[in-house]
Amino acid sequence: MTLGFYPGCSLKGSSREYAESVLAVAKAFDIDLEEIHDWNCCGATAAHNMNKELSLALPARILSLAEKQGLTEIVVPCAACYSRLTVTKHELAKDPELKIAVTDANNLPYTGSVNVLNIIQMLDKYITPVLAGKVVKPFDHKVACYYGCLLVRPHEILNFDREEDPQSLDVLMLKAGATPIDWAFKTECCGAGLSVSRTSSVGRLSGKIIGDAKDRGAETIIVACPMCHSNLDMRRDSINEYLGEKVDIPVLYITQAIGIALGLDRKALGLQRHFVKVSV
Amino acid sequence: MSKIGVFVCHCGENISATVDCAKVAETAGNWDGVTFSVDYKYMCSDPGQSLIKNAITEKGLTGVVVASCSPRMHEPTFRKACAEAGLNPFMCEMANLREHCSWVHEKGEATTEKAIDLVRILVEKVKYNHELTSIKVPVTKTALVIGGGIAGIQASLDIANTGHKVILIEKDPSIGGHMSQLSETFPTLDCSQCILTPRMVEVAQHPNITLYTYAELESLEGFIGNFKAKIRKKSKSIDEKLCTGCAQCTTKCPVKKIPSEFNEGLGKRTAIYVPFPQAVPNKPVIDRKNCTYYIKGKCKVCEIVCPTGAIRFDQEDQIVEVEIGAIVIATGFTVKQPDFFPEYGYGKHADVITGLQFERLASASGPTLGEIRRPSDGKVPEKIVFLACAGSRDPAKGIPYCSKICCMYIAKHAMLYQHKVHGGKSYVFYMDIRAGGKQYEEFVRRAIEDDGVNYIRGRVSKIYEKNGKLIVSGVDTLLNAMPVEIEADMVVLATAGVANEGAEELAQKLHISYDPYKFFAEAHPKLKPVETNTAGIFLAGACQAPRDIPESVAMASGAAVKVAGLFSKDELTREPIIAVVNRQAPPVYSSCVGCFLCVSACPYQAIEKEEIKNRNGEVIKSVAKVNPGLCQGCGTCVAFCRTKSIDIQGYTHEQMYTEVMALLNEY
Repeated sequence: MTLGFYPGCSLKGSSREYAESVLAVAKAFDIDLEEIHDWNCCGATAAHNMNKELSLALPARILSLAEKQGLTEIVVPCAACYSRLTVTKHELAKDPELKIAVTDANNLPYTGSVNVLNIIQMLDKYITPVLAGKVVKPFDHKVACYYGCLLVRPHEILNFDREEDPQSLDVLMLKAGATPIDWAFKTECCGAGLSVSRTSSVGRLSGKIIGDAKDRGAETIIVACPMCHSNLDMRRDSINEYLGEKVDIPVLYITQAIGIALGLDRKALGLQRHFVKVSV
Repeated sequence: MSKIGVFVCHCGENISATVDCAKVAETAGNWDGVTFSVDYKYMCSDPGQSLIKNAITEKGLTGVVVASCSPRMHEPTFRKACAEAGLNPFMCEMANLREHCSWVHEKGEATTEKAIDLVRILVEKVKYNHELTSIKVPVTKTALVIGGGIAGIQASLDIANTGHKVILIEKDPSIGGHMSQLSETFPTLDCSQCILTPRMVEVAQHPNITLYTYAELESLEGFIGNFKAKIRKKSKSIDEKLCTGCAQCTTKCPVKKIPSEFNEGLGKRTAIYVPFPQAVPNKPVIDRKNCTYYIKGKCKVCEIVCPTGAIRFDQEDQIVEVEIGAIVIATGFTVKQPDFFPEYGYGKHADVITGLQFERLASASGPTLGEIRRPSDGKVPEKIVFLACAGSRDPAKGIPYCSKICCMYIAKHAMLYQHKVHGGKSYVFYMDIRAGGKQYEEFVRRAIEDDGVNYIRGRVSKIYEKNGKLIVSGVDTLLNAMPVEIEADMVVLATAGVANEGAEELAQKLHISYDPYKFFAEAHPKLKPVETNTAGIFLAGACQAPRDIPESVAMASGAAVKVAGLFSKDELTREPIIAVVNRQAPPVYSSCVGCFLCVSACPYQAIEKEEIKNRNGEVIKSVAKVNPGLCQGCGTCVAFCRTKSIDIQGYTHEQMYTEVMALLNEY
């Protein structure tokens, strides 16, 4: 089976291991992820702060290219990309004039027919039903599933999981053999883009998240967003400075954790690329 | 030949500012059949009405057209004036020149032309009007009150005290409603039970009140003055006549761990139970879902210990049919329950409770006998946080309205806490303090100034548990949106007041309307607050919108007066605007062919079959017949009738056709 694949910038750079693990897990289930040719930036947080039309035209171009390539369903692992693509579909569906303006700007036909899946939806739809039979090494750890802000918001558009107390990652990890803990910071802000401009703020905000996970006995933190991962992993020094102690709980992408449970090669999952050593 | 009078009203400047009233009157005066035509500044005033009356007597008018405001406003006025002058009131028609013309159009010739057209069609119609007589229907002077909370109790007592019979039904085993659960009441802090229970007893003992507890409305038919209701008396599994309320059964029942509804789940009850010690009636019911006998087929401990042999395991629901003249709905409200606030951890943390649960903790009859102890471990909370607007005023939660009672009860809760837990610290997170009401604002100030409750203006984003404390994470918007974290021992959510589950179905049974939030709709937001759009059905209390006790009681008394007013007459006069099946001379008898489509079309079951017989008693023909007492004049049957044999009196085919032709033809 073939699904479309939009990696976005992070998966080609700072979170290469996310891309590697997504592809590895997909391969284990004979899913071929076909990258969209000539894809562009989704606009991220910058575009929609500057210009609404631009912020919709960028994701619309990606969706148009997918249509052109004959893809009906695409997987978008990055939470921010997923949010932008889904919001674009929503906005263009309800405003025909905007749709025309955007189509004209891109000079590409756009119908809005491509189904956009985030990584959880992809796993749920194609992998969870057959996961149990393939787990060779249950991920037998206490895990704190961290959703961050973009994966489930805005709820009225994404219509995915529960806004205030999401559960989908927890359910997936349960099926991979883990014990998800009940904790308080599932959707708290990690500091996001302040990572570069105000690292100490990220230390404080992400510090609260790591601190609570540690206090409740988590052995691993599971994420599905490159931004969350880089803050919780790469900024661990600032976090530990805020916490006043050395906390070395590793942060894994959901696909890495599932990959481990499937017994995939650790290098293929990119586990060696993390700042905090993955000991699980 | 008709002699019609046309009376054009200026309505001050309401009509005359855009319509040339003199021209309308002048034009109408030239039409065939119009013998008198005049315009006047205020036709509804005394001199205006005299103008009509004098014209009727002096000119011998056979029909009147008043061209003024909406018939909803003044049709009764002008018809009465006509009747006083000796003209059948149904020979008077109104052309609506105000709402249908002057208010919605600019000044100009076209506007005047339209006004002339409107008068024209009524002039032509009135030529075909027939003299009609009002219908008299008897009134059953018994009221049905649905809901035995404070509103239902007040309405029942007020109606019963005017000498009329009342049937009060309550779905729970006892009357008392939410008020019986409350500890103290704002703004005077008098004990809720102390002021309520005497009223409950009064209801039970009142000779004019029949009380059915554990009972619900099954169905309703009929109309104002003449309703028929079926009431389902749910099986209590006891013989109430034999039961003395000795409580042997409730003491000995082995199933003891059912969360008590009365204590909002904070206390336990048995399977055979009386909801609370002051219950009226003070006799138990068996909760069949939890009773061992109904689950496993054996136990019967209650039957063994009952000294009077009152237990009836095989008792079935009973349907009681009653005839009533009016209904007061007082079914109250409920508060939003768990899972609605995952961010506040309600349902997850035992010490995050609702306001109603706090009432039980603070109540002397509650599970802690009035001591403020938290549910998880029974400790007295040293720090307590109250959250206003939990769900209310939050469009994202689907509840954009203000629940109205919370600001006051939160102040009361915090005050009670400070009175009971010396040295304790209490915090209130609020958006605004809405303390509109007699002595309400003073009450809130007392909580803040005298009792030292800390009010923080801001919202709470989340509550989570850490090291045995509830971390309340919020913001203080008076301190430049500074994040605030309070380590609390207990949190009370002022959860939104919402319509009862099943409110929609009840409204449909009663044929009344409801708002988007399933609260029952009043007939007019200002001038008819206790009426519904269905004549004879009234509202009291929080089933209409969130209401506090004084408002609920005031509303109940208002509804009671409406019922008493209705019952002050022996007969009701109804307009004869009803359907009739035509009758003709033999051998046709009627153009009705007896297909009876109308019978199935009628929403009021007002049409029946009638057999026309000859002198020998042989049936010649079966035709439809309309029961004038039941017909509401909706006209559905008219549309269904394939032979045009049914007409609405006052709105006949002939009249409608004439109106249309008057518009189409150039006169």
